[in-house]
Amino acid sequence: MAATILRRLIHMIAVLFGISVLVFLIFFATPGANPADRIAGKNASPQTIARVEKEFGLNRPLPVQYVIMMKKLFISRNLTSFVNLGEKVVPQVFKAAPITLSLVSGAAVIWIVFAIVIGALAAAFRNGWVDRTLMVLSLIGISMPVFWVATMANLITQGVWHHTWLFSWVPPLGYVDFTASPLGWFKALIIPWITLAILYIGLYARVLRAALIETMQEDFIRTARAKGLTERQVLLRHALRCSLVSVVTLFGLDFGVLVGGGALLTEVVFGLQGVGYLTYQALETLDLPMIMATVIYASVFVVVSNAVVDIVYAAFDPRMRLRR
Amino acid sequence: MSDATNPLVTDIAPPAPGYWATAGRKLIRDRAAIVSLAVLIIIALLCAAAPWYAQHIARTDPFQSNLSGTVIRHGKTVEVLAAANNPLHLGIEPIGPSWRLGPYMLGADDQGRDVAARLLYGGRNSLIISFISAGICLGLAAITGILSGYFGGWTDRIISWLLDALWAFPVFLLAISLSVVLIAHGIDIGPIRLDASSLALPITIIGIIYVPYVARPVRGLVIGLRQSEYVLAAIGIGGPAWRILWFDILPNVISSLVVFAPLIVALDLLTEAALSFLSIGVQPPAASWGTIIENGESLIYTRPIVAIAPGIAIVITVLALNILGDGLRDALDPRAKLRN
Repeated sequence: MAATILRRLIHMIAVLFGISVLVFLIFFATPGANPADRIAGKNASPQTIARVEKEFGLNRPLPVQYVIMMKKLFISRNLTSFVNLGEKVVPQVFKAAPITLSLVSGAAVIWIVFAIVIGALAAAFRNGWVDRTLMVLSLIGISMPVFWVATMANLITQGVWHHTWLFSWVPPLGYVDFTASPLGWFKALIIPWITLAILYIGLYARVLRAALIETMQEDFIRTARAKGLTERQVLLRHALRCSLVSVVTLFGLDFGVLVGGGALLTEVVFGLQGVGYLTYQALETLDLPMIMATVIYASVFVVVSNAVVDIVYAAFDPRMRLRR
Repeated sequence: MSDATNPLVTDIAPPAPGYWATAGRKLIRDRAAIVSLAVLIIIALLCAAAPWYAQHIARTDPFQSNLSGTVIRHGKTVEVLAAANNPLHLGIEPIGPSWRLGPYMLGADDQGRDVAARLLYGGRNSLIISFISAGICLGLAAITGILSGYFGGWTDRIISWLLDALWAFPVFLLAISLSVVLIAHGIDIGPIRLDASSLALPITIIGIIYVPYVARPVRGLVIGLRQSEYVLAAIGIGGPAWRILWFDILPNVISSLVVFAPLIVALDLLTEAALSFLSIGVQPPAASWGTIIENGESLIYTRPIVAIAPGIAIVITVLALNILGDGLRDALDPRAKLRN
């Protein structure tokens, strides 16, 4: 087990290094314009550009530039934005993180519960009309762009039906801090939660259905049936438990990506000022230091959570340990 | 001995149909997949007809703002962009949809442009981008997957490391970083110069980001094939590597690529829409379904149709691609028989 963990950690560090090089190359070495022009943002003055060149050591060789960037991001953490003069970038990312975490964890609870219910129902009534309807709905859920669903949700809850009893409780767009008002927090987030969850409900329900159907052909299911369990007990107690493994792996990866900024579009449309929203604002002004910071921190988060998933997985399932 | 003289051979079954023929026959029997294919072809034809529609039915230029134009509705001349109907007349209210074939069938956007015509032009761009970038993605994935799976060793190690780094990078942020760097200034690589407004930019970016998703399974497949008897035999008789790759490995990889194709096109279409929605995809005045939704967001409470229509177009297209992908997998994947 220790060897597995060690190997996984080394792999993680290699990947992190790869990503940081990739980010560095994208921002500093893409052919085209002078990187100083890009980092300084839209309509920067010659003085600002000169300052950027000096601060990032742009006249020095590439490996030195890479070290300077890493130092600014992780050690001195004094990467500053040139668009919003003097604003430190890294603390802003950390300030925005709890909002993203609230959005993603709420959505995760919704999508897990619904996906299990839908997947189990579809597998239980395999090839019947219940199964077919649920699977068509899941497919539609997967096919909808999330920012469009969010826009439609706003149209319905903030516009067309806002003045009916159905949606009059929906607060105006924006985030409410949990410590300020738990109920307000819940009300502000419930529509974004559902919007973000739709795609994953569809995805996970399909995966779970397929896994359940495969598991139902295993020998231990035949044994369970033979000892006289009802079909429902077989499905819920034995098959479901085994099939959830595939969903759990998927969940670790998706959760990491979303917290790392994958929920950007949902945050933007609902005006939630999380990490993704920061990236979006930076896009509007082409504020590259901010984008660099969000991208790097997001990737670190994703890579670390992938490693954690693998290690937890290995702890639960000995078959995973010795695999190369 | 000829067949005619041997009574035992005469009632032998005709040769079994080939792999692709069987798959094709299975696909034709899959009604959902065929309907999806038809829907996709219709959408593509409609989008291809965009210039004709703009000229003969919409009779406006969907790339020119039309701030003071008028149009005849129910025998009356109406302004395309009227002052909003509030006490202070703040803001503007574009003309609504007429729901019949003609100018402004789906109304106008905030610049007085015909939404229906833009929808078709936008669809053209969305489809061009997603299909070409899917082609790039599958091509690159086939090359990297086959090379790293067949040759192994250092080739494999380096390619796998690159793919791992790309894979661990959140797709979306990768696309955003590439776009934001390239969109403002374009790109110069030696003689190749891509302008920021060129479609080639989003096509390249979207084409690259999903390569690991396909390359990894291809690599796995090729590692398996490398050990199969007929490939070992081909190596044993001293066949050159390119010949084995081309005639023995590639044909086996192609069926996986075909199964992946519609799914990658669907992913690319959604990614393009998202990037354009964030205004780092297709650049104005050109349109795509994503940019039209972004445009429509500011009009969402006055003229929601501007945002609704392209969204529905995306959902129908992606849904059709996903159903087609399911159908292809069932038809081409021999293991699918066991599953259902």
